[in-house]
Amino acid sequence: MPNFFTDNPDLRFHLNHPLMKKIVALKERNFVDKDSYDYAPVDFEDTMDSYEKVLEVVGEICGEIIAPNAEGIDQEGPEVINNRVKYARGTEENLDAIRKAGLMGITLPRKYGGLNFSIVPYTMAADMVSRADAAFVNIWGLQDCAETIHEFASDEQKDRYLPRFCQGETGSMALTEPDAGSDLQSVQLKATYDKEKDQWYLNGVKRFITNGDGDISLVLARSEEGTKDGRGLSMFIYDNRNNHTVKVRRIEHKLGITGSPTCELVYRDTPAELVGSRRMGLIRYVISLMNGARLGIAAQSVGIAEAAYREALEYARERQQFGKAIIEFPPVYEMLSVMKAKLDASRSLLYETARFVDVYKAYFHISKERQLEKEERQEMKKYQQLAEAYTPLAKGLSSEICNRIAYDALQIHGGSGFMKDYPIERIYRDARITSIYEGTTQLQVVAAITGIARGTLLQQIREYEEMKIKPELHTYRRVLVSMTEEFEHATQKVHETENKEFIDFHARRLVEMAGNIIMGYLLLLDTNRESRFWKSLEVFVRHARSENREKAEFIMISSLNDLGRFKQD
Amino acid sequence: MKKFKIIVLAKQVPDTRNVGKDAMKEDGTVNRAALPAIFNPEDLNALELALRLKDRYPGSTVSLLTMGPPRAAEIIREGLYRGADTGYLLTDRAFAGSDTLATSYALSRAILKMGDFDFILAGRQAIDGDTAQVGPQVAEKLGIPQVTYAEEILEIKKNTVTVKRRLEKGVEVVESVFPVLITVTGTAPACRPRNAKLIMKYKRSTTISERQNISEDYISIYDDRPFLNIPEWNVGDIDAEPERLGLSGSPTKVKKIENVVFQAKEAKVLQDDDKSIDWLMKELIRNHTLG
Repeated sequence: MPNFFTDNPDLRFHLNHPLMKKIVALKERNFVDKDSYDYAPVDFEDTMDSYEKVLEVVGEICGEIIAPNAEGIDQEGPEVINNRVKYARGTEENLDAIRKAGLMGITLPRKYGGLNFSIVPYTMAADMVSRADAAFVNIWGLQDCAETIHEFASDEQKDRYLPRFCQGETGSMALTEPDAGSDLQSVQLKATYDKEKDQWYLNGVKRFITNGDGDISLVLARSEEGTKDGRGLSMFIYDNRNNHTVKVRRIEHKLGITGSPTCELVYRDTPAELVGSRRMGLIRYVISLMNGARLGIAAQSVGIAEAAYREALEYARERQQFGKAIIEFPPVYEMLSVMKAKLDASRSLLYETARFVDVYKAYFHISKERQLEKEERQEMKKYQQLAEAYTPLAKGLSSEICNRIAYDALQIHGGSGFMKDYPIERIYRDARITSIYEGTTQLQVVAAITGIARGTLLQQIREYEEMKIKPELHTYRRVLVSMTEEFEHATQKVHETENKEFIDFHARRLVEMAGNIIMGYLLLLDTNRESRFWKSLEVFVRHARSENREKAEFIMISSLNDLGRFKQD
Repeated sequence: MKKFKIIVLAKQVPDTRNVGKDAMKEDGTVNRAALPAIFNPEDLNALELALRLKDRYPGSTVSLLTMGPPRAAEIIREGLYRGADTGYLLTDRAFAGSDTLATSYALSRAILKMGDFDFILAGRQAIDGDTAQVGPQVAEKLGIPQVTYAEEILEIKKNTVTVKRRLEKGVEVVESVFPVLITVTGTAPACRPRNAKLIMKYKRSTTISERQNISEDYISIYDDRPFLNIPEWNVGDIDAEPERLGLSGSPTKVKKIENVVFQAKEAKVLQDDDKSIDWLMKELIRNHTLG
């Protein structure tokens, strides 16, 4: 059976990016752990070797256990028994293997029992698990909750909860409510403080909570009576294992990712612990939690797209019509080439984003241990801005690309793809959620347009432009430079109106234009490192250029007066 | 709580399950170079049973013992990655050409040198020779009882162990005193995956011979982390009589080898429960009967 790490050389390629040297140095703090932990690395090469070896185990488990279980899990699904979630059998098997392999708490420090991996290899594991089963990755990926506890909880809470994540307990993030979806400011779940018992209690209902019956939950609740907006919300930890008081009322019947239990939860005098400071729940902690989750969905999107592309390629090579394999017909091979180019582009954007987050988060944690030098503070700031600008970009674009690839992959299967006989129908259904949850594409655009308004994205595009590349690649750079000019004109045209509605109206076009330029540069730099990406670069830049021209054209001929024509009566 | 000393016998074998065109040489012998070397599958089942005993009785130790060429140290590392505490490699040119009699003699000498033990677990048979003789012969040489075809260790009392055996027409539950040697079938639980921390801990574990080729940068690590040393024993180390080893100790002589086409397949009796059906479906998909 295939190993999802070794059968995909693109992963090793992205793992061995030049910036990893800096990331590992920051993450390992000069390899200080090597004298106290027998599994800690002694130097950079040793760290990278450990990353590869562990990712090989992830790849093996994905290929041999998780992927073969995916279909059964999709059919069986989880169920609610006595207000508790019972996973499908395959899910239990997957979790057992993941726990025994020690693949929970991957990014947490060793003192809590974690592997202290940087975010790049963790994201790579998510990429592979998503390719194997997009539903299971949600349960596994909720170890992100531990990262938020690590960032904001007290030392005493960290000591109590983080080792449990490393031992394999699962998490959940309970944010959404029936009347608070995209608009989390209207969360109503009530948190009340009992002074005598020195204890917080939660009351109310949460909805659409992934893995809502997980062991350790982060819950967003209104702690300040009488408030109506985000400033009255705080973050709580609910320990489902040691005081089970939350009832799972039902789980949703969904189009896709059916193996991932989406719960409606009822809290009745549920004891919970405050995390960090009151009133900071949404403003500070959820933002961080969501950013981690968004990077996770970007990885999920890339993993699903990988699975879809592979299914389509295999089918197109085997399926014979009119006396030859259908891959030989231009409409089919073009579809496949665009799928592959966009898959490579979105993966490259994913790992660029993961690296920015890595550097920023490493500095963030170091800053809690000691005061940062001036230069370090500047770097932290720079990478924080990049991480904030790239995360919604990666989530928004890769989830849309994933949907497009899944759509085309099913199309290549023809009528067979519409039947339950091939995995592509499941992959297609699973893909659909990626552009919806953890913030819809429309909301990612709202976050990403800030990166355009502030100039963060353009500045980074300029940095790519300056990078040294091989002479034979200059022609692609010239195209990207002219696309950048076009993008600047369009941005100027939109922003000079200083009209918020007009900016919102065109925001997605601008974000996609910037995204195309950035992904074009990333593929250019990938090709500069390894020539096998040349084909994807060629196909991607051709398509991106004409897509951007279309958007620019649309923007340049639009004016404020046009908006009314788009409004429904 | 009791603590047990458990020895697992393991063998590195050519992967005969994935046989390509060049798997056999013209003279009818196995072309080992063309086949990847793997941990004998049923020895992995044996390792899993050993690790489960260790889980049940914390403080128990699992030691691997393998005989083979220097590169067989690879399977000791594979065992360490899954939770074994230590492993011994028995390697010497004098062992070359050993049949099951000579092999079991060498293994039994090594076991005596390893010290006290409560359980010896071994795969039922290796996929290269398929004799199923080595385990039982080791038990004979050590003068201890043996339980073959084991699938599960059900219970351990003060001096006895209860084992479920998987036979062609059903299961049999037997009890034995221990120390005992138990051979394990492929129907026993599959071995757990390699563990991330253990991989990082043991990835540089080597025998002294392997260390000759290691980069200077990491040599000092062996002084700081003694657990990285995989003990390597030769004939002298196990006090064996040289004439009972290798070709001279092997009465089995290969006269002729010919290709045989399989007629009857190995039988597998399944329960009428979901788990067995699930297993069967996966098996059929895996060997491409379905899908």
